Amino acid sequence: MEFMPQMQMHQPTSVEDAVSLHGAAPDGRYLAGGSDLLVNIRRGIEQPDSLVYVNNIPEMRAITETSDQITIGGAVTLRELSGNSAVAEHFAAVAQAAGEVAGPSHREYGTVGGNLCLDTRCVFYNQSEWWRAANNYCLKYRGEICHVAPGGKKCFAAFSGDVAPALLLFDAEVEIAGPDGRRRMPLADLYRNDGMDHLTLRPGELLVAIHVAKLTTSISSAPIASAYAKSRIRGSIDFPLAGVAVAMAVAGGKITDLRIALTGVSPLPFLAKGMDDFIGREGDETCLEEIRDKIRTQAKAMKTTTTPPHYRRRVAGALAQKLAASIF
Amino acid sequence: MKTVLSLSVNGTTRDDVIPDNMLLVDYLRENIGLTGTKVGCDGGECGACTVLINDRPRHSCLTLAVTCQGARIETVDGLSRDNRLSALQRGFDEKLGAQCGFCTPGMIMASEALLRANPKPDEAAIRNALAANICRCTGYVKIIEAVQFAAEIANEIADEALAS
Ligand SMILES: Cc1cc2nc3c(=O)[nH]c(=O)nc-3n(C[C@H](O)[C@H](O)[C@H](O)COP(=O)(O)OP(=O)(O)OC[C@H]3O[C@@H](n4cnc5c(N)ncnc54)[C@H](O)[C@@H]3O)c2cc1C
Ligand code: SF4
Ligand code: FES
Ligand code: FES
Repeated sequence: MEFMPQMQMHQPTSVEDAVSLHGAAPDGRYLAGGSDLLVNIRRGIEQPDSLVYVNNIPEMRAITETSDQITIGGAVTLRELSGNSAVAEHFAAVAQAAGEVAGPSHREYGTVGGNLCLDTRCVFYNQSEWWRAANNYCLKYRGEICHVAPGGKKCFAAFSGDVAPALLLFDAEVEIAGPDGRRRMPLADLYRNDGMDHLTLRPGELLVAIHVAKLTTSISSAPIASAYAKSRIRGSIDFPLAGVAVAMAVAGGKITDLRIALTGVSPLPFLAKGMDDFIGREGDETCLEEIRDKIRTQAKAMKTTTTPPHYRRRVAGALAQKLAASIF
Repeated sequence: MKTVLSLSVNGTTRDDVIPDNMLLVDYLRENIGLTGTKVGCDGGECGACTVLINDRPRHSCLTLAVTCQGARIETVDGLSRDNRLSALQRGFDEKLGAQCGFCTPGMIMASEALLRANPKPDEAAIRNALAANICRCTGYVKIIEAVQFAAEIANEIADEALAS
């Protein structure tokens, strides 16, 4: 067994208790499925002195649907999310992305909250203690330089959660509980472009739920079509080299709505810019190629995986093109 | 930082005082001596440590034992009945689904979860259910045949059990 630090475990059954237990132990962490956090603890990247387990909090375990929105509890598992029929109907890309995370056993206990709050990843960081020590560590943890961009002081570790880009398509909001009470903010505001500090959560804040309004196309009341696809080394289990979520509506052969969001190519998941330029266009080959090129230039992958950055940029563009073509 | 853990392991109810930082796999192997469950990686990569918690597969190497309060845990050690191998154990034996055997406990437990939820899986369902389990020896073909064989003989085994 690797080094497991001494840790005190708390298992609260309400959000308020979870927040106050965390508040009393500032070096603690929230633990959901543990499929990211426990790996990092075992590798010595994280060394919390206490854990606040959130999976026994009923409020965080439910998916609820009303006429105009769906609320997804932060501790809902990826299997539950990918298998939920209301989510699949209104937010197809979200259900697909949840079903593409890791392998089937991980999705049994990995949660959507843990997926959105996933640490950023880099080939120089997600390694054992001896590997990192032999490499003199790196800027993100314990080291002096970044091995990806040695001249600078910025970390480019990539946010690699699959579900975030799919939720960004629908302007999802996250409900956060912390020492000062509850607040809501757009999911996009949960992230910042810094691989060392990519979450805007304040100390002790807990992601309680995700609220997503049902979107309809601008011309009918049908749910807007959406899809998610990722490129990965092994089709069965790996993190995305690039992940692309597309939502699109077409009327009379012309695009009326287009949104594309990316993951795996930078320290934060983000909505691609300039997609409104395609409104009114016919989905011909030229249009699809322009979509591809516009995504490729925004997928600024760095050398944070064993796969070269230029491949990840190209594959991001190609996935966007393929998904857009499939919705047409 | 110690907790009394009450749970059921392979049908036996237990109460143990364990440290909060103990992984389920270490609890099973070191405290109880159930060494059937294997550790093949430093966390979440290989599936060798897969056990069932309340009938669903889970990596015991990424599960803290104290979070299993009241749970029903099953490991490969508990599958045989009255010295008779389970359908999956027979499948892996007869169809040569195991070579070095290190991945086998995890393969069998992940397959066990599949067959409980879906007694007649097609090949795609088997491949999907085993996607988080890595085998460095067999090339997977024999493993899939083993699970298919187990699905076929499962009824037979249930009848034998009733008759005896
Ligand atoms: C082999 C392997 C392959 C993987 N492949 C993928 C993949 O392809 N795609 C992918 O997206 N992920 C992948 N993962 C990572 C992980 O399994 C998933 O991202 C999972 O959704 C994480 O959820 P969790 O509940 O296990 O998180 P945890 O490990 O419990 O937590 C992760 C982080 O989020 C924090 N956290 C958890 N819940 C909350 C909350 N409610 N509020 C605030 N903070 C919280 C924790 O403190 C921790 O920092 C993989 C993991 C492994 C081991
Ligand atoms: S991008 Fe640089 S600083 Fe960040 S984890 Fe990788 S090597 Fe470390
Ligand atoms: S030992 Fe648990 S997944 Fe490898
Ligand atoms: S039989 Fe050797 S790893 Fe699978």
